[in-house]
Amino acid sequence: MKLFNRINACWLALIIGSFALLAILIQAGIIDSLYEMTLVSIGINIILGLGLNLILGVSGQFSLGHAGFMAIGAYSLGISYSQDPTLKGFVIGILIGLVLSGIVAVLVGIPTLRLKGDYLAIATLGVAEIIRVAIVNMNITNGAAGLSGIPLFESIPMWQLVFLFVIITALVVVNYVRSGSGRATLAIRENEIAAESVGVNTTKYKVIAFVIGAMTASIAGALYASYYGTIVPDNFNFMKSVDILIIVVFGGMGSVTGTFVAGILLGILNTLLQDAGDLRMIIYSLALIIIMIFKPSGLLGSKEFLFSKIFTKKKAKNKKGESTDDTIRS
Amino acid sequence: MSNIFQQLINGLSLGSIYALMALGYTMVYGIIKLINFAHGEVYMIGAFLGYYFIQVHHLPFILALVLAMVISAFLGAVIEFLAYRPLRNSSRIAVLITAIGVSFLLQNVMIYFFGSNPRAFPQALTKKVFEFHGVQISSYQIVIIVTTVVLMLLLQFIVQKTKMGKAMRAVSVDADAARLMGINVDLTISFTFAIGSALAAAGGVLIGLYYNTINPMMGVTPGLKAFIAAVLGGIGIIPGAVIGGFSIGILETIVSALGFSLFKDAFVYAILILILLVKPSGLLGKNVKEKV
Repeated sequence: MKLFNRINACWLALIIGSFALLAILIQAGIIDSLYEMTLVSIGINIILGLGLNLILGVSGQFSLGHAGFMAIGAYSLGISYSQDPTLKGFVIGILIGLVLSGIVAVLVGIPTLRLKGDYLAIATLGVAEIIRVAIVNMNITNGAAGLSGIPLFESIPMWQLVFLFVIITALVVVNYVRSGSGRATLAIRENEIAAESVGVNTTKYKVIAFVIGAMTASIAGALYASYYGTIVPDNFNFMKSVDILIIVVFGGMGSVTGTFVAGILLGILNTLLQDAGDLRMIIYSLALIIIMIFKPSGLLGSKEFLFSKIFTKKKAKNKKGESTDDTIRS
Repeated sequence: MSNIFQQLINGLSLGSIYALMALGYTMVYGIIKLINFAHGEVYMIGAFLGYYFIQVHHLPFILALVLAMVISAFLGAVIEFLAYRPLRNSSRIAVLITAIGVSFLLQNVMIYFFGSNPRAFPQALTKKVFEFHGVQISSYQIVIIVTTVVLMLLLQFIVQKTKMGKAMRAVSVDADAARLMGINVDLTISFTFAIGSALAAAGGVLIGLYYNTINPMMGVTPGLKAFIAAVLGGIGIIPGAVIGGFSIGILETIVSALGFSLFKDAFVYAILILILLVKPSGLLGKNVKEKV
């Protein structure tokens, strides 16, 4: 399989096209600063959703502690970039967040990923709460008051940086799923005992997925801290983990396209409901319940949008009856 | 020495509330394998109902408590009917998200109608403080502990001696087999939700009396801690929920008394993780080996 084929060219065109569209809309003032805020928060939510989707949808491990890893990333960047507001400080902040969240994820993951289903959920929820309480009680994080006045990253506009990281995260997640390790991880989701009995090291692959998910969450946290300039421990509580979980389940577990669709739809819904005041959360929660009752598998289920699929369909139409083993390649 | 007993009494009264809520979690989990995240909100609504009956209608405390329990029981059954029953055959995670949605909905409906500010719970009983050898116990603490014990005995009676209790136990072992034996599974599940909700509402009214303040977000943290208590004792096991509830309450009081009150939540979670690692099925749970 070549790196430069028709399918990858199509994806590249889609990425550049959507980037250009956003740039034009912002230049023309159609996306004003308020909508730009929505755009950035959608981007951050997609990064978070993709990371959790890798843990929840691909490896089948139910984690409720995603906000904890986001907090690690946010505070690492907040502290580093406030002290050294240069590109170097920014990069170091992100790297510290990545390393820290990776280490925490390994330390937490190896013992807790032995637990199953709901037990794992409650253990990861506990870990996130412990991270939050630790942040509240540390001096360097300024306790419950949080950090404020984190400088805005000015080398390139924030929405472009978020766009870049959304693409990187999506590439990492999609390529992981299609790698050998990814297939082993999928096997664990389908049936852990069966996977183990054919020689898959289940703990190893579950921890790998967990660590990648935690690291992407820390990047999202760093972007969040840098864009909003103010972070308090309460930004990263149980509710935040639930918000991310909702994006993943709403879009369809295991579907990368679904996470994109859900992140965008929920972001727009949130902005539209901004004026509704106290009614906003009532409508939001009602919508959630109704969607779950009528479409419990999420919007897209496990379907994906793929260019390769479109091509295969065309080919299949042209040469009826011939074998179409293109599907495996995607 | 008297200090230890003092903390033990404080811990027991707090633990009673956790135990009452943990019973609801454990029964619902035992029967349909759902973490009912809306349980903490039923507790909150129970507290508001108690407030309403005492403040507005000037009912005596016991009557207000019973009425709050009855209405909450009805509410629990309605939630089950509207939100969870349509999802009986879907994935567990979809039901879980619905539970979270219901929990958000109840919180925000209450905020919409009553505001998010805390309000003072009326002093329905006269507060007396008794002292034995330097250990103080207030009449409120006695009411909490006595009510909890009475309700637990009542629950034990319902589950062990009545026909409905037998049906509940049968459904929790195997719902399909129970259906074949002529048990109305849906009715049994509704009944379980009703009982669990009534117990949570009792906890809400009692905590309103104890802490003297209620607000629409009051259910979130106790809800999580009660769930942890249920897991600690072995989820699905009724005596386990009681043991778990009392242990969490006492542990939390001791950690606060030692001067680490800021860390008490983290401590509870750390204990939970440790227990899960050593004995994943909880203190009273048996380890079931899974077959292929």
